Amino acid sequence: MSSIEERVKKIVAEQLGVKEEDVKPEASFVEDLGADSLDTVELVMALEEEFETEIPDEEAEKITTVQLAMDYIKDNLG
Amino acid sequence: MSHRRVVVTGMGVVSPLGNTVGETWSGILKGAIGAAPIETFDVSAFSTRFAATVKDFDPTPYMPAKDARKMDTFLQYGLIAGIQAMRDSGLEVSGEGAQRMGTCIGSGMGGIMAIEDNAMLIAEKGPRRVSPFFVPGAIINMVAGNLSIKYGLRGPNLAVTTACTTGTHALGLGMRTIQYGDADVMVCGGAEMVTTPVGLGGFCAARALSTRNDDPQTASRPWDKGRDGFVLGEGAAVLVLEEYEHAKARGANIYAELSGFGMSGDAHHMTSPPEDGAGAALSMQNALKDAGMNADEIQYINAHGTSTPLGDKAEIEAVQKVFAGNTEKLAVSSTKSMTGHLLGAAGAIEAVFSVLALRDQIAPPTMNLYEPDEACADINLVPQEAQPTAIESVLSNSFGFGGTNGSLIFKRI
Repeated sequence: MSSIEERVKKIVAEQLGVKEEDVKPEASFVEDLGADSLDTVELVMALEEEFETEIPDEEAEKITTVQLAMDYIKDNLG
Repeated sequence: MSHRRVVVTGMGVVSPLGNTVGETWSGILKGAIGAAPIETFDVSAFSTRFAATVKDFDPTPYMPAKDARKMDTFLQYGLIAGIQAMRDSGLEVSGEGAQRMGTCIGSGMGGIMAIEDNAMLIAEKGPRRVSPFFVPGAIINMVAGNLSIKYGLRGPNLAVTTACTTGTHALGLGMRTIQYGDADVMVCGGAEMVTTPVGLGGFCAARALSTRNDDPQTASRPWDKGRDGFVLGEGAAVLVLEEYEHAKARGANIYAELSGFGMSGDAHHMTSPPEDGAGAALSMQNALKDAGMNADEIQYINAHGTSTPLGDKAEIEAVQKVFAGNTEKLAVSSTKSMTGHLLGAAGAIEAVFSVLALRDQIAPPTMNLYEPDEACADINLVPQEAQPTAIESVLSNSFGFGGTNGSLIFKRI
């Protein structure tokens, strides 16, 4: 099975219509990957679906970069 | 009131006969028919199992796949027709001129597939799975919204929804907006895609559709004795309307003048017209009055002609009344015999056909007209083959559920 990193990268690339190699850990969804506010909501939903979890809205708001998404998944599904 | 003249300077189409104006129009002149069995979902339990759907559709030459994914199919059709029309017009949108350019594009039902999909998601997985793009990806005014965002059109931003008269009303209201002086350019039309379980089921239940499942190609047969309902179509058409002096000043290619617009209400029944076509007649009379024309100045009518037993007859009665004494010089045809009924996009695509009939001096045919209804005996319905005809002015009719009627008159320029 793919690592959490790989799965997160794949979802971010799919949702935001960017290449996987551009999905670097430090990349910000809005600043670097061209997401708008609705894209980020949908991205979090896709992560919830992939990892079969629920991310509360107040936590979701803090997930603004690829690294923060990976960290959240690791910390909460570890 | 000063009379600002309105002309057509760009057109775009996505239709069951092709995904450009050129492909669609050459299909019309050949008598091509867009109906075929529905293969996108299981139709085995439906009383009608075919439709005139858009084929080989790929939005990605016009927009990134990521954007297309956020839009119901009707929005993609509408936006693509809009992009084609803008490119065709050669308009440049910039500076203060952009504030004088607007758009009015409607739909009869809007994003019904997105509504169905999200309703299923809620039932299966709960409300947290509804997409944040559901609302902007389904609401009717988002063709106009997306087009204005793409081109920077900062003038009036509107959508009309009057069932099957949507496209005609959108063009008429766009024309008024220019005449009144609220804009110099209005990009107008309609978009529709309801070939979905709920859409098909609804029209089946209303007994509006042909059930000629064994022969979809001959199912849409306006005015034929064997007609038994309309054929569900889908697609979009958008026209660039422009104030005449504005178009002339920039050396635009002017297709035709939009010179008359009439409206009326049947005040009769939710889905049926009155048998004498009184509302249809009033709509045509109002359009003639608006254009300052007499009935004998129209050579071709692109009829609403959906292939329903009652509607086709009522429209012909209305034509006989309004054009009394002039019917032998008139050609009347229904392009829905080929495209099927594009509902909210019908008036817009038929406006395109009206404009091209003027340009090419040819009346498109009514296909599948084997044995005309006796009520139409004195009318040239252009059976089975397009007719080269001298045409100075065309009238195009649309009538919708709720008894909402509209007529447009296009003139050679």
